[in-house]
Amino acid sequence: MSAAEMMGLLLSAVARLITGAQGHWKGCPPKAEQRIYFANHQSHLDWVLIWAALPRELRATTRPIAARDYWTSSRFKHWLTREVFNAVYVSRTRAQGATGDGTDDQDPLGPLVEALRNGDSLVIFPEGTRSNQGLPQPFKSGLYALAQQFAQVPLIPAWIANVQRVMPKGEVVPVPILCTVTFGAPILLAEGEDRRAFLDRARQAVIDLQPGLQPGPAHGPPADAASTATAPMP
Amino acid sequence: MTALHGLGADSQVALLFVTLFGLLLLVSAGAGLLALRERSTPQADRDTRFQRELRAVWLGAGVFWLAWISGPGGATVLFGMVSFLALREYVTLLKTRRSDHRSLLLAFFGVLPLQYVLLGNRGFDLFSVFIPVYMFLAMPVVSALAGDPERFLERNAKLQWGVMVCVYGLSHAPALVLLDFPPHRGRGAFLLFFLVMVVACAQIVQTIASRRLRRRPLARRIDRAFSLRAWALGVGAAALLGAALFWITPFQAGQALLMAAIAAAAGTLGELVMSALKKDAGVRYWGNTPSVTGAVGLLDRVAPLCFAAPVFFHSVRWYFQLQA
Repeated sequence: MSAAEMMGLLLSAVARLITGAQGHWKGCPPKAEQRIYFANHQSHLDWVLIWAALPRELRATTRPIAARDYWTSSRFKHWLTREVFNAVYVSRTRAQGATGDGTDDQDPLGPLVEALRNGDSLVIFPEGTRSNQGLPQPFKSGLYALAQQFAQVPLIPAWIANVQRVMPKGEVVPVPILCTVTFGAPILLAEGEDRRAFLDRARQAVIDLQPGLQPGPAHGPPADAASTATAPMP
Repeated sequence: MTALHGLGADSQVALLFVTLFGLLLLVSAGAGLLALRERSTPQADRDTRFQRELRAVWLGAGVFWLAWISGPGGATVLFGMVSFLALREYVTLLKTRRSDHRSLLLAFFGVLPLQYVLLGNRGFDLFSVFIPVYMFLAMPVVSALAGDPERFLERNAKLQWGVMVCVYGLSHAPALVLLDFPPHRGRGAFLLFFLVMVVACAQIVQTIASRRLRRRPLARRIDRAFSLRAWALGVGAAALLGAALFWITPFQAGQALLMAAIAAAAGTLGELVMSALKKDAGVRYWGNTPSVTGAVGLLDRVAPLCFAAPVFFHSVRWYFQLQA
């Protein structure tokens, strides 16, 4: 077993110990097919959680996106993203890409398209940045572009719950709190669907997976809360 | 019986485990055979539930055995792990704020390991007061230093309470195994076994009684099944079982009866407190699937032990005037 594989096992074991990293496959089974997972983004740990929630066989072919400037800035970070996670590097801005290695990075989606052509699955966070206020921000258009180019690849929404409590912004040590990753039913780009409409629909698909919103006896409000809620109504 | 008393402590404990696992094997084999016949749907549901409970018992027995064979160090680490998982489940259901981060870290990575280190070294005097006295102050201090007055009392009280149940309470279960005193040297496993048996017996009898008997719930909005009669029956049955098991403990028959009653009452009442807590948090089981926790519901299984173990432990220590 190589050092990278060992590191991978170690990281997923730690993620499970701290957060449980439970994968709930609500809308689709875990399956060895090419997929694009997209999820809400609240913490640096999001990727590790999704990765640990996936069955081990799927981890090798499911790749994250990493910002090239940050994740190649030190040898360890570069090794971690390249060897352990097999990340797809993208440049954050076109300008930076141009100063890098020439024409390859002209299109920021270029590396993603290439990875998908190779048959790999991707995990993307279409908000573009971490949000720590409840609902995700509007999605960036990259998801739409990929959906157009790879119409046959299922797009799987995922909601990562609780992770912002594990490691709030600015803290370095995670607190053990159970987190879940809920995977929903695949969505497809409809014929002639507008870009904004599709992105809003994708965002809604992610939001609908929040555990609190699922109907179920166990999650109903307690009896007295319900009665106080209905009290002011005539 | 005299032959049993002639054996050394280690052989007696080994015999205990052989008996325990033998019984479990018999029950599992019986359940497996029963599962082969044709069943109606509610019967099948009941069977699956029973299978799940049985698996939990196997797991519990396995942990118990591992804790015994691995000695003080192993028992400490093992139960420390269980404490960690239980506290993780508890904290998940709290509405923690960003400013709670440091006090949560203290609880998980400071208080919990220290309590178990004290336990592993058999420092029972400090072990008994470390959390209720010293950490009672330390945790709110850390929280105050975070500088967030919002819901301060509520946040700290909840965390304190969780640490008391999941760390302090649970750490008394392995403490029973490590409790070493002259008439009972090397037989600590029997005390824990005694405790678990009587508490489980009380729970089972109480559940059956509340199904079979007409009853008036004592606290309808907390637990519809909890009635004085069923509870008294449970405790009574546990006391009788305790008296019948007195020969594995350092107690006389009468003492065993009383100790079993105390432990069973603490365990079943602790369970009632836990259901009140679950109602408050709006969940039916700790770690139910639809909620975010989604884990094993460990706290459900260990909660009675968390309440019964400290009461039992301190009753034993006080009664035998131990200066361990």
